[in-house]
Amino acid sequence: MRGGALFAPTLAGVLTIDQATYDAIVAHAKRDHPDECCGIVAGPEGSDRPERHVEMVNAAGSPTFYEFDSTELLDLYKQMWANDEEPVVIYHSHTATEAYPSRTDIGLANEPGAHYVLVSTREHGNNEGPVDFRSYRIVDGEVTEEEVTVVAALPPA
Amino acid sequence: MAIEVRIPTILRTYTGGEKAVTGEGASLSALIDDLEAKYTGIKDRLVEEKGGEIVLRRFVNVYVNDEDVRFLGSLEAPLSDGDAVVVLPAVAGGC
Repeated sequence: MRGGALFAPTLAGVLTIDQATYDAIVAHAKRDHPDECCGIVAGPEGSDRPERHVEMVNAAGSPTFYEFDSTELLDLYKQMWANDEEPVVIYHSHTATEAYPSRTDIGLANEPGAHYVLVSTREHGNNEGPVDFRSYRIVDGEVTEEEVTVVAALPPA
Repeated sequence: MAIEVRIPTILRTYTGGEKAVTGEGASLSALIDDLEAKYTGIKDRLVEEKGGEIVLRRFVNVYVNDEDVRFLGSLEAPLSDGDAVVVLPAVAGGC
């Protein structure tokens, strides 16, 4: 499903994420497989620091679709507004396809400032084993993949 | 009649960057028309035509005083002075 254009050898952006948050997202994806999982990592506005992982319920409960429950979505955003946070990472899993945004993902991507993380569990499902963990910017329907750098801990703010 | 409307990041291009604006109207659809008069183009991002009828877009959530308008009559949801309206695009997708 990847588009026709080849990626440049060096990806333009980078998502820097700490190991514990990375592991928690992967664990969530494996646990919910074969359904898609979804969630966010919030961080201080403008900081680009994914600090607070929030697992969300996939209200669609589906192997091919995800949607945050509308009431939980409002609660989540109210919490972020109260904390001066924004969604730094928005993630979901693909359980039978690669970790690349689908046409639906692109059409519904409404946070131009967020890193959209895709985890593919198609290889090992609920079991141990590596997963594809990739990150993208999606702005005005345009997808740009970026590097993922996993660090032991985020550098001090 | 003033109603506060919280605007999501993606629609702030219409409001000159404002996170919240005020509008008026006795129903959600009247409020949206009022917003459209001030922020041209915003209405089309909130509603669509379906079978000859104007409906709220499937992947746009609107809340009145924290309640999803889909439980309040959708575009016909009544509004009154001092109500707080929040617009949030759905966070959704699929393979």
